[in-house]
Amino acid sequence: MTDARRPVAAAVAGAVAAERLRIVAALIRVTGDFDLAEDCLQDAIERALQRWPADGVPENPGAWLTTTARRRALDVLRRRQTERTKLREAQALAELARDATADEPGPYADDRLKLLFTCCHPALPMAGRVALTLKSVAGLSTRQIARAFLVSEATMGQRLLRTKNKIEHAGIGFRVPEPHRLAARVDAVLAVVYLIFTEGYATVHDDLAAEAIQLSGLLTQLLPDDDEVLGLHALLLLQHARRPARTDAAGELITLEDQDRDRWDGAAIEAGLTTLAAARATGRPPGYYRLQAEIAALHTTAAGPGETDWPRIVIAYDALLALRPSPSIALNRAVAVGFRDGPAAGLAAVEAIGADHPLLPAVRADLLRRAGRRQEAAAAYRDAVAAARTEPERRLLERRLSEVSDPAGDT
Amino acid sequence: MRYLMLVGTDPDHTEADAAAAPDIEEWFGYVTGAGKHVIGDRLRPSSAATTVRVRGGELLVTDGPFAETNEWIVGFDVLDCEDLDEAIEIASKHSMAYTGRLELRPFWPLDG
Repeated sequence: MTDARRPVAAAVAGAVAAERLRIVAALIRVTGDFDLAEDCLQDAIERALQRWPADGVPENPGAWLTTTARRRALDVLRRRQTERTKLREAQALAELARDATADEPGPYADDRLKLLFTCCHPALPMAGRVALTLKSVAGLSTRQIARAFLVSEATMGQRLLRTKNKIEHAGIGFRVPEPHRLAARVDAVLAVVYLIFTEGYATVHDDLAAEAIQLSGLLTQLLPDDDEVLGLHALLLLQHARRPARTDAAGELITLEDQDRDRWDGAAIEAGLTTLAAARATGRPPGYYRLQAEIAALHTTAAGPGETDWPRIVIAYDALLALRPSPSIALNRAVAVGFRDGPAAGLAAVEAIGADHPLLPAVRADLLRRAGRRQEAAAAYRDAVAAARTEPERRLLERRLSEVSDPAGDT
Repeated sequence: MRYLMLVGTDPDHTEADAAAAPDIEEWFGYVTGAGKHVIGDRLRPSSAATTVRVRGGELLVTDGPFAETNEWIVGFDVLDCEDLDEAIEIASKHSMAYTGRLELRPFWPLDG
């Protein structure tokens, strides 16, 4: 690249970062064609890279890209139309020619939000919702998504294709849901974003977690008054803030109890707490994500495990259980009870769950270890190692197992 | 877009669900009034079904439906809707959404 082209490349990259989603979302709304939208944007980017070095960077690079991509869509559709006219394409042509890519008014009418509603539609399989959201909203390549989910690029390409086909064939509309369905549909979007984050968190895959935070941040821009949107963004910021302390230099997992709290990301904690305060300020009763953000905030603001406000954490878990009962929440509550009232009470809470969960043996084992019941703890750790979901998790549990099995430690 | 709405039974529902089910006449009035209803009817149970195939040039007629399941198709409606969300909305007001289950199958368009 010559020196003259370098600032142009930076200008193009900047305009794409700022405008990609808006351009793609508007084109998908008008044409109903996810691939065409992406192709037209790519074409506009290539034209910018060719033209801007000679013509100079336009005053409004984002608007230049938008117009160029839209013209490209118009050309492609016109060419297709001569081959075979489809009603949908004829309508899209008319709209593109009318310059009708501007958003409708209203808080839910932003094209980017409509795209999220479409990608996260409950009629799509969950894996497809996650993949298409990462592809179309976050702008990841098929290869990047495939890598994150440990499948081949071909498999991920198929999954994306099936999802886009379902949208087209089942007639999933690119639009704002009916008012009485809005809350549930926003919740469906939040569930997809949260799943992307937890997938990244469980596998210590930072890219996915960072994408999820970008998405929840985007949602707070699009729906600034929604307390659960704010709650989810706060939750992700606060959980992600602990990331630098979650692993040691060798990549081994460190539990919350043993983390070096100085390594937590102070700026992210502050942003999380500010977002949580905004959620509280809506005055609505705390929902599923806000309650979890409250718990994360209690952890991240404590000086150490001993200084953590466990009674309030247990209260928050009780509220969560009342809202959405699940073995996973009950298990986390049992851990908090173990810290509030001692390991014996924690164990009683675990026994009371009465349902299976992959992490249950590990939680039981930790409580037994803290209660000094080493033999039972060793047996439980063996179960936990067998049930471990990831390699780092398994190695952490094996270390614990060797600690409680070590006769030198019996004194 | 046209959708075939298959109306099926589903033993998995509570008495409260049954009590909450809206009146079917009300539903029919609503969909026909909105101009969304093309055709629809109740069907006799699968014990009255006959399956027909031609294999190797030979007509095979057998008793019963495609597949034996716990759920029966007891009716169908053809809906003409703007999009899937509208069809879901209409389906959600059908009494069998509460005491059975509804499957929405888009028509394959002529030019598809």
